[in-house]
Amino acid sequence: MRTYFNYLRPYFGRMTIGLAIKFGGTIFDLLIPVMLELIIDDVIPTGNAAKIYYYGGIMVLCSVLAVLGNVIANRMASRVASESTRLLRHDLFVKTLYLSCSQTDKFTIPSLESRLTSDTYNVHQFTGMMQRMGVRAPILLIGGLVLAFMLDPVMTLVLVAILPFLGVSVYYIARKSVPMYRRQQSATDDMVRTVRENIQGIRVIKALSKTDYERRRFDGVNKALMKREEIAGLTVSATNPLMNFFLYVGLTVVIVVGAFRVNAGTSAVGKIMAFMTFFNYILNAMLSVTRIFTTYSRCSASMSRITEVLEAQPELGVIKTDDTDADADGADGEPAADAPHIEFDDVTFSYNGKRDNLSHVSFSLGHGQTLGVIGATGAGKTTLISLLLRFYDPDGGRILIDGRDIRTIEPDELYEKFGVALQSDFLFADTIHENVRFGRDIDDEAIDNAIEYAQAREFVENKEGGTGFVLDIKGANLSGGQKQRLLIARALASSPDILILDDSSSALDYKTDANLRGAIANSFEASTKIIVAQRVSSIMSADLILVLDGGAVIAAGTDAELRESCDIYREIAESQMGGAILD
Amino acid sequence: MTNGGKYSRHIEETPVKRHRFRVFFRIFKYMFEHPALITFALCLMLLSNALVLTGPQLSGKAIEAIEPGVGAVDFSRVFFYCGLMAAFYAASSLLSYVLSVTMIHLSRSIVARMREQVFDKLMKLPVSYFDKNQTGDIISRMSYDIDTINASISNDMLQICSSIITIVGSLVMMITISPLLVLVFVITIPMSVLFTRYKSKKIQPLFRRRSAKLGELNGYTEEILSGHRTIKAYHREDTMIGRFDGYNDESIEAYYNADYQGAMIGPTVNFINNLSLSFISMFGGVLYLFNLTSLASISTFILYSRRFSGPINEMANIISELQSAASAAERVFRLLDEPEETHDIDGALALEAPRGDVGAEDVRFGYYEDREILHGISFDAPAGKTIAIVGPTGSGKTTIINLLMRFYDPNSGTICVDGSDTLTLTRKSLRRAFTMVLQDTWLFGGTIAENIAYGKEGATREEVVAAAKAAMIDDYIESLPDGYDTVITEDGINLSKGQKQLLTIARAMLPECSILILDEATSNVDSRTEVKIQSAMAKLMEGKTSLVIAHRLSTVRDADMILVLHNGDIIERGTHDELLRCGGFYASLYNSQFN
Repeated sequence: MRTYFNYLRPYFGRMTIGLAIKFGGTIFDLLIPVMLELIIDDVIPTGNAAKIYYYGGIMVLCSVLAVLGNVIANRMASRVASESTRLLRHDLFVKTLYLSCSQTDKFTIPSLESRLTSDTYNVHQFTGMMQRMGVRAPILLIGGLVLAFMLDPVMTLVLVAILPFLGVSVYYIARKSVPMYRRQQSATDDMVRTVRENIQGIRVIKALSKTDYERRRFDGVNKALMKREEIAGLTVSATNPLMNFFLYVGLTVVIVVGAFRVNAGTSAVGKIMAFMTFFNYILNAMLSVTRIFTTYSRCSASMSRITEVLEAQPELGVIKTDDTDADADGADGEPAADAPHIEFDDVTFSYNGKRDNLSHVSFSLGHGQTLGVIGATGAGKTTLISLLLRFYDPDGGRILIDGRDIRTIEPDELYEKFGVALQSDFLFADTIHENVRFGRDIDDEAIDNAIEYAQAREFVENKEGGTGFVLDIKGANLSGGQKQRLLIARALASSPDILILDDSSSALDYKTDANLRGAIANSFEASTKIIVAQRVSSIMSADLILVLDGGAVIAAGTDAELRESCDIYREIAESQMGGAILD
Repeated sequence: MTNGGKYSRHIEETPVKRHRFRVFFRIFKYMFEHPALITFALCLMLLSNALVLTGPQLSGKAIEAIEPGVGAVDFSRVFFYCGLMAAFYAASSLLSYVLSVTMIHLSRSIVARMREQVFDKLMKLPVSYFDKNQTGDIISRMSYDIDTINASISNDMLQICSSIITIVGSLVMMITISPLLVLVFVITIPMSVLFTRYKSKKIQPLFRRRSAKLGELNGYTEEILSGHRTIKAYHREDTMIGRFDGYNDESIEAYYNADYQGAMIGPTVNFINNLSLSFISMFGGVLYLFNLTSLASISTFILYSRRFSGPINEMANIISELQSAASAAERVFRLLDEPEETHDIDGALALEAPRGDVGAEDVRFGYYEDREILHGISFDAPAGKTIAIVGPTGSGKTTIINLLMRFYDPNSGTICVDGSDTLTLTRKSLRRAFTMVLQDTWLFGGTIAENIAYGKEGATREEVVAAAKAAMIDDYIESLPDGYDTVITEDGINLSKGQKQLLTIARAMLPECSILILDEATSNVDSRTEVKIQSAMAKLMEGKTSLVIAHRLSTVRDADMILVLHNGDIIERGTHDELLRCGGFYASLYNSQFN
């Protein structure tokens, strides 16, 4: 909750003003019954009509001031709650986007999603409510106690003696319920995960007629969530009855004590009666306080989930270079003239720390050269790309761009260099133009050119509105090959230093693929290209081809060299060239 | 994402008045699915209210016993009544706890039922629904919206019932004391009612907007988080954050507007109540001056009118919560009312022991009415034969599959399986006849074994392993720390796309069916592995009618018939050799791989 107060701190000033106004409003609110008693006890009996109207008028005035104060204060409270939540949610989103890939994997997307929405929502609700109810209740409580004390200290002390019991039980319940709410939220995560999965796989589920199975699966998470909700609900709902019980028992004791005092002549019956009026104030105040507490425990559970993300140690930070680098070339930030553009130096990496997904990979690539990567499914091709893009840091070895370790390059600078089409496509529900532009500062001409180079122009022009055509979610209204071409266009649009195509033309027919390769060769001569492919034809003109197997480079060279030296490569090449037709 | 209002078609402002009433009615219908619980809760509430009302009487009796004053207090009566009081309050506390427990149980049951219904609905919606509605927004309906309804049922309903009881009770008491003074309420109660009605009307759209905006925020968040790798690769975090801020601001603003408008109702109704107190004291004073009432009646009257105003205030405070629940319920109900996949026609037949003859006759279809994608496709796929569909991307290949599986129905023309129009068959039995491996691999968060066994209920471990072996993925699975029991995480993060395809191929090997669809099934599998699984694929296709979509021409060469699709028309058909010989589109496509 410390983080929570940090977010409120900038608003303390406004909160104080708001609370002061609320305080004023509440006082006027409380004056009304006082005036009422005055009128009945002192004014009406005098039979002076003018006076009755006079005091009645003051009451009306008090009512007006009370409503004004309350409305203004509530409005301010809403503002503060909204603005602090806006900031909290913004920061959380920023942090979420900058989490490293392995951190995202660990938190899981559905959980991050619900932290960003429903958890921040809980916090929002509490912040508003705390300010709205947090003034009236203490005033009523303290005011009630003070008035009662002035009336009869002994009886008041009896009541006050009850308060610790109350406090302890409310505190205990609130404390106990925080982890329960946490578990409830993570059960919600499970539900969200299941729903999400089902939406993503809806075609497969329908095709395999598994809807009944999925219903049962959902039933499981739904029941689990329901149980969590029930446990938390049952615990928290014990608060009110407990409090009622304690306070009324206190009242009973007060009457008994009062009886003794009246009997002894130290108090009067009238005082007991008046005491009961104040008791009602105290009771109502306590009811509000407990309501704040129960909302608090929910907020606190959500806040701890939010804080967990906010306080996640930043990974993959930029290492500051201070010329201690052994190969000092380029360590001062200036690209070394003679250094290769991209260099992998004995790079080893494992996702789970058990089995190497990439072991001792080394190669270097000059400016404008093309690297082809080929290898069996699961050989580590995508892993290699992920490391170059610094989604993960290697466990051993270094990756250098222009002689500089990529760990020392600021992200702004590093990612400026890349144009990437990844295997897992990400198109969003927006225009074709925006999907290609992808929020970058690229002019329309460059985008049109990129669409042309990516062989996408023809189909784009056939769409209603051309580049203004709005895609469905995940580009669902495009065919697989159309999606791939847009992703490639996105990669080409910025004329990147380094162009990375990760198996991104698998859905293109040969003709289109060949045209695409031609366009890239002609118009992106200056770019260094890394092309991961299944088809030998996509990479055979590369300056360097790596053949990966089980995470290791088993052969490297040009197409001609590899056909000579590498059995696996030759096998792949031949299986694809389908010798028969060439005869 | 550039134009924020894009999804606004889902927040359309429906004419509300009757509508809102119907929403509440529908929530009540859920409640009355548990008549026993409701009755029990109502009884408990009456009982605990009765106990609470008896409390002051008992304390009055106890005070009466004290009244004689110094030295004359009747202690035995004091103790008796105080003991009774303690017992009564203990009982009432216990009752109110039992009552909360009951209400919680009731609301959870209702909410669980709603979630279940929503999920059922999702399973019945046409697949196109999910192309138009953000997953995040659907999720928001299942979490936030249903939660809101939940809170409202478990808290507000109780509050309203007990408030009504108190209000009616106090009103009766006041009428018996002074019908004249009650006249004051003739002015103030309509004021309250009019004001709350006016306000609720005003805040209704605000709450609706609040729910919708939160849904949009969730939709955007989901979309962005799903693409976080791409965003990282382009370092577009800041751009995405800027857009997020747009959604965030809108949702915060919507919350704020609803919130403060809602928070105005409480103080204002309180104000009206205070006003009526002032009028009562003035009016009462005047009545007293004309000797129309006594001082004692005025003060008792005021006592009751204060008890009367308490619950009115409470109700006013609840109004905004009710509005918010109603808006949430509206979103849930709207999803529940979405048109489902068209029902099977009356008397639809179950396809039994299908042979696997597939045919299409002059099929026309477009996803949008004015844009036809398939212009009269006809073909025949006799049982056991392999039909390949090739053509440039976007020519309509996947659309044919969508029609075969009845994800969509053709605009005209017929598709037949075993000679019967698929429209006359039950969807379930039709889909049972198919197995498909799609380009879009989908694995769920279970173990690898569960994922492979997915297509066949009760598949044994041996069958699973055999399928994995045939798909050449067994070695890899065995190399994992938990082998077949390895749980696939969220997005199958450590599996490459090719490995995922192999797993889905293994999955397709288990169910027994007569028609197989391979839509770019091996596009991300390397060609050596592809060669290795060829025998497995051959076995998979054996005795089945197979419809194969592939760009790799090597995979279509052996088909019994190749359909060449171009811009929604079949422009060539024949075997590989025939097509090459005629030197048309297919031949040029085929030869392009060697140039």
